[in-house]
Amino acid sequence: MRTARTIGLMLASLIALASFGGSLLQRFDYSRQDREQVSAGPSQEHWLGTDALGRDRLARLLHGTRVSLTLAPAAAGIALLLAFLAGATPGFVGGASERVAKIAIDLMLSVPWLFLLLMVRAMLPLNTSPAASAAITFLMLGLLGWGMPARILMARAQRLRRSEFVVLARASGVSRWRLLCIHVMPNLRPVLLAQFWIAVPVFILAEANLSLLGLGVAEPLPSLGSLLQELETVLSFRGDACSFAALLVMMLMVGSLQIAFMKHEVS
Amino acid sequence: MRRAMSWICLLAVVLASAAGCLDELRFYLRSDPKTFNPALVDDDAAETIRYLTGGVLLRLNRQTQQVEPELATAWKVSKDGRTISFQLRKGVRFSDGTPFGAQDVKFTMDALMDPALHSPTGDALRTGAGKVTAVVQGVDRISLTFPAPVAGLERLFDQVAIVSASSAKKEMAVLGPFYVTDYKPGAYVALRRNPNYWKHDEAGHSLPYLDAVKLEIQGNRDIEMLKFSRSEIHLINGMDADYYDRLSRSAPGKVRDAGPSLDSEQMWFNQVATAPIAPYKLDWFRSRNFRRAVSAAINRDDLCKVVYGGHAIPARGPVSPANKYWFNTQLPQARYDPANAMQLLREDGFRLAGGKLLDRSGHLVEFSLVTNAGNRMRERTATMIQADLRSIGITVNIVTLDFPSLIQRISESFNYEAAMLGLTNVELDPNGQMNVWLSSSDEHQWNPRQKTPATAWEAELDRLMRAQASAIEATARKRDFDRVQAIVAEEAPFIYLVNKNTLVGVSPLLEGVVPVSTRPQTYWNIERIRFAAERASNGK
Repeated sequence: MRTARTIGLMLASLIALASFGGSLLQRFDYSRQDREQVSAGPSQEHWLGTDALGRDRLARLLHGTRVSLTLAPAAAGIALLLAFLAGATPGFVGGASERVAKIAIDLMLSVPWLFLLLMVRAMLPLNTSPAASAAITFLMLGLLGWGMPARILMARAQRLRRSEFVVLARASGVSRWRLLCIHVMPNLRPVLLAQFWIAVPVFILAEANLSLLGLGVAEPLPSLGSLLQELETVLSFRGDACSFAALLVMMLMVGSLQIAFMKHEVS
Repeated sequence: MRRAMSWICLLAVVLASAAGCLDELRFYLRSDPKTFNPALVDDDAAETIRYLTGGVLLRLNRQTQQVEPELATAWKVSKDGRTISFQLRKGVRFSDGTPFGAQDVKFTMDALMDPALHSPTGDALRTGAGKVTAVVQGVDRISLTFPAPVAGLERLFDQVAIVSASSAKKEMAVLGPFYVTDYKPGAYVALRRNPNYWKHDEAGHSLPYLDAVKLEIQGNRDIEMLKFSRSEIHLINGMDADYYDRLSRSAPGKVRDAGPSLDSEQMWFNQVATAPIAPYKLDWFRSRNFRRAVSAAINRDDLCKVVYGGHAIPARGPVSPANKYWFNTQLPQARYDPANAMQLLREDGFRLAGGKLLDRSGHLVEFSLVTNAGNRMRERTATMIQADLRSIGITVNIVTLDFPSLIQRISESFNYEAAMLGLTNVELDPNGQMNVWLSSSDEHQWNPRQKTPATAWEAELDRLMRAQASAIEATARKRDFDRVQAIVAEEAPFIYLVNKNTLVGVSPLLEGVVPVSTRPQTYWNIERIRFAAERASNGK
């Protein structure tokens, strides 16, 4: 198990290092269009070939991974923070706050978030830079994506509230704040972590879907989601192995992180 | 019991094989037809049904782009351009056997021009206040008098499908090559050969050659491509360059490039005085030099090569070269010339500082370009324009919006800076573009609904468009519309980018398909399309 975790951690670090380091190199310009080499296969100049506009696929993959690696976890963090506040805390406290939180969560889950995002995007100023548009996209995902984890965290917190050790601690006069910090938080951490690693790829894919509706990361900035658009339809990709590179990177990244942090989840 | 079952099975086999013997052409409609009434056609699917089933007095030959006689053997337009007289074909019957005559034409025209019906086809014929008078001058002669002169009058009859005045089946009794036999909403429209169709080929065989047409309803282009590559459908009327290239690699005999279409792709700047954009930006957008500089900095050849895989030509103006008569051949080619672009910008006080363009007040030249999300070709075009304009220091922020949001911005709130969309031209005649060029029009996109023309050149456009619409002589109309095209090229309110080619899919099983640039691209000569003899001899 330890070996698997080490390999997972190394792989995740390697991907992060390559994307953060590689994207800083002058050689990997993600927006330069080599219009004489459109949709070209791998070559010495373009190791993973070029996309439909002649842009270096490797450069876009490195930059896209960096964008997604930075912003998707940040969005997942925002979503989980909100989920903790709206789900775990009322679930542990109980009473009226729990009932109000339940209604809020149900409302959040029943909101057609795609339309909400469309509405929010329509209200944003048009002249936003690609970097700002990427940040806005993931911020919106984080702000709207807390409903499901909140429900799971609430259920877990309710179970903890009724557990024998919490009842015993309360009977011993332990304050509610200390109960939450010392006894409940460590027990919620595996669920939080699991929800976090579920949310990261979900947000990356959600960003890819949003790109189709004009809500994603703006051109020419790449993201893993926008790179996955090459596989949008059965007929749109050219079938070369390099067009799956973004999918492979995303699977490796998510898989390796899951393995690397498995210990915490089972503890 | 067993014997009865055997007979039933045998009957089923016989019926199935009989059905298999039908020469049935299959292709997809993108949506359900909204109507089967030819007078109310307002969508592509209904237009397809009308084209395949409707009999018209005159037909525009999609290949030669000339008007040809159909149910009318001869016609004459009066000198004042208000009256058209038709000599009708004799011995013609509707699909249900009802005879065709001048009364049917009168009935059709009366129905079309009835204001209560709100017929889009009738609206095209409504040129002035007053009624259209139909005078029946015998069983096979009729004249129609309009309240005002109608330019290109005979071309408009290409869309007037004649309806029977006496048939109990009303508009379902038709004079075209096929008639509707079945319609299952969301699934298909089935057409069967009209046994009373009047046309014959040179050898005297009855037309059409096909027994049936099945129009399956499918909006998904990927499914259409897959079904076509499996030969489950026989035609594709227009496809993206991506799909074309893919099919041309896997099945080169199945795709055809019919050359430039009538459609164009263009971008424009918002010049609406009340638009919620910075005044200094409005000044840029209203500057002819700025617009022309942007136009000169866009590499259209690269757009054609990269985005459309060579299946497009650089656009020169509002009319495609595919429109043989109305295209102004004197228009200059839109050349990629960044040096000229910089020169034009300098004339307006713009300057480069650190690779960024600044205006005379020191504002960074940056604008957003909105287009519709989900259209890969348009998104790629926008990205290429972004890269081209970066070379002259202009920053472009691409914004892709869902279509309703985009339309709301460009037509109602005017909260945008630049937009890029395509123009689908169905009509060859310049009257079809009246709504674009008149300054008072809703479709005058860069500055719609003007009470009085904002600029002298827009006033001139108004004058020329009205003059050509009321002129009877084709040469006078051509002269006026050539000038319209020249003004548009000079002033660049629309920056025309490319004219896409007509890319179609045609099954090798078919004979007689001659793809053209005008709609309907593949089946305009439906009567003469048939399955190849090889397929017929193989039991189809």
